[in-house]
Amino acid sequence: MSKPLLQVRNLTTRFGDGLGAITAVNNISFNVDVGETLAIVGESGSGKSVTALSIMQLLPDPPGRIMAGEIVFDGTDLAKLKEEEMRTIRGNQISMIFQEPMTSLNPSLTIGLQIAEPINLHKKLPWQKAYDKAEELLNRVRMPDARSRLSAHPYQFSGGMRQRIMIAMALACQPRLIIADEPTTALDVTVQAQVLELLKELTRETGTALILITHDLGVVARYADRVCVMYGGKIIETASALDLYARPMHPYTRGLMASIPRLDEPAGRRLVPIKGQPPNLSQLPVGCSFNPRCSEVVDRCRHDTPELMKFDDKHLHACWVAPHV
Amino acid sequence: MQGYIIRRVLALIPTLIFASLIVFIAIRLMPGNVIDLMLSQNDLSAAKQSREQLEAALGLDTPIYIQYFKWISALLFEGSLGKSLWTNTPVMEEILYRLPITFELGMLALIASLIVGIPIGVYAAVKQDTVGDYILRSFSILALAVPGFWVGTLVMVFPAIWWGWSPPVKFVPASEHLWSNFLQLLIPALILGTAFSAITMRLTRTLMLEVMRQDYVRTAKAKGLSTTTIVMRHALRNALIPVITLVGLQAGALIGGAVILEQIFVIPGMGLLLLEAVNSRDYPTITGVFFVFGVAIVFINLLVDLSYGFLDPKVRSR
Repeated sequence: MSKPLLQVRNLTTRFGDGLGAITAVNNISFNVDVGETLAIVGESGSGKSVTALSIMQLLPDPPGRIMAGEIVFDGTDLAKLKEEEMRTIRGNQISMIFQEPMTSLNPSLTIGLQIAEPINLHKKLPWQKAYDKAEELLNRVRMPDARSRLSAHPYQFSGGMRQRIMIAMALACQPRLIIADEPTTALDVTVQAQVLELLKELTRETGTALILITHDLGVVARYADRVCVMYGGKIIETASALDLYARPMHPYTRGLMASIPRLDEPAGRRLVPIKGQPPNLSQLPVGCSFNPRCSEVVDRCRHDTPELMKFDDKHLHACWVAPHV
Repeated sequence: MQGYIIRRVLALIPTLIFASLIVFIAIRLMPGNVIDLMLSQNDLSAAKQSREQLEAALGLDTPIYIQYFKWISALLFEGSLGKSLWTNTPVMEEILYRLPITFELGMLALIASLIVGIPIGVYAAVKQDTVGDYILRSFSILALAVPGFWVGTLVMVFPAIWWGWSPPVKFVPASEHLWSNFLQLLIPALILGTAFSAITMRLTRTLMLEVMRQDYVRTAKAKGLSTTTIVMRHALRNALIPVITLVGLQAGALIGGAVILEQIFVIPGMGLLLLEAVNSRDYPTITGVFFVFGVAIVFINLLVDLSYGFLDPKVRSR
């Protein structure tokens, strides 16, 4: 197997310092292969977005800081790069799509400028050519009447259209990796599917790797190759999407699966919610963070923190109870 | 947009009528009327005439609404603001001579304060909570706290004591020597603009901080843009809209400040004219000056509203 495009090793990101410090991402490791789609799944506050911002080196600093770990992208540790060096990677090699299409575009600039901007910056193309490229990109995200839309402003578009513009912007410099942070959470369900379908198709065409951050397991099943499930700042299970659906190991993952409705099961089954509240990151429970909510908790879970253990080569989980090698 | 401009200009008419009414009536309510003043000055021609004759000669014997009606019809049909009660010269002529001077002073003050205030505000926001930010913020408080007439007096007095130099007091019109005129107005303009630059700086800083937290700034960062490009291209434009509003709101304060500074620096502008007119209760001149100030403020605010169109695409499309 060839070298992964992105290797995150023992990443720890903390907000604030002293007693009030919160470890949003706690010693996580994962890989993204060239052209692969990796989904990072978890509830709010599980550390998904902070992981994304850590990779992009876009944490609001202060208060957020990468405390430890490396983020090796194509042989370079991004965590060690100077800000100016990182700028040549952002928007160029790695680009990002954000959750809020309504506020993520600059209201006072034309979308043509906003899409052409990274092309002009990174590919050193003159503005006129960059605009031509922007038109091409708008066509690719199936924006009707792309030429004339270049001079339109964001308020003239719906949420779904704006997210298409964001995708066009992310694709502008043919990056090797796109990080999409809940790209469809703010959209209507029907539009969600269109946008994700488009994103998937375009990344497949261009061979771009995709990190898809979501809380929606339905999205994961359809669009991801591999999945990392995060809980309380840690990855608690990782497997291929198929495998994870077939054999969820960690009680949390199984809880998530049980709490989503499915069409292919007998009518009348009750959805089972996960008991309790998501953990408070400043006061994580001792041992496994999930232990207060876990239905299968054993004594060891309350004092011994599990790290990722192998079930098989590709399927890892952090649970003392679930079967492992 | 064209329809919008026309509607806005039409809406100015009742505002101006109302403003002229207030001005016309209010100055006639001032204690000490012009007749008393003329008689008490022992003017020969005034002493010989009886009080009624003097009032009749000045046109002050009719009821106030008739006076107003005469005044406004003269303004509408002849473009006249009446004649000075003392010198009998047309008020309009006097104002047209002095208005450009005050306008120049006000514009210089405005431009200077924006040139100083906006970049410093942006700098303080980008370098939030650094030593530079603190120094600039403290300095802006100082600039806000110091009244213009006090600084003006200091500038007149102290250089004269220390170096035997004081700002020139003989006014040079721009038509005579542009550069000396500019230099002469620059000092009062800078003093006039000080407080406004401090307000501009603080507002710009606050707005920039707000804008820099927006999602679209994060998007711009994620594109790999440099801080300079983000500030200049993405943030400043959005932060400036309220600053422009402030310019409109401060127009009145600038004019008020100009009145005082013209007095200190002996600049023959509208302010000095107004002051002399108020002291001599020269009603037509006072009314004329105030009315022109009113028109100026109303139009400045109209321009401000129209300028949103250049900054905010949503306004443009309306």
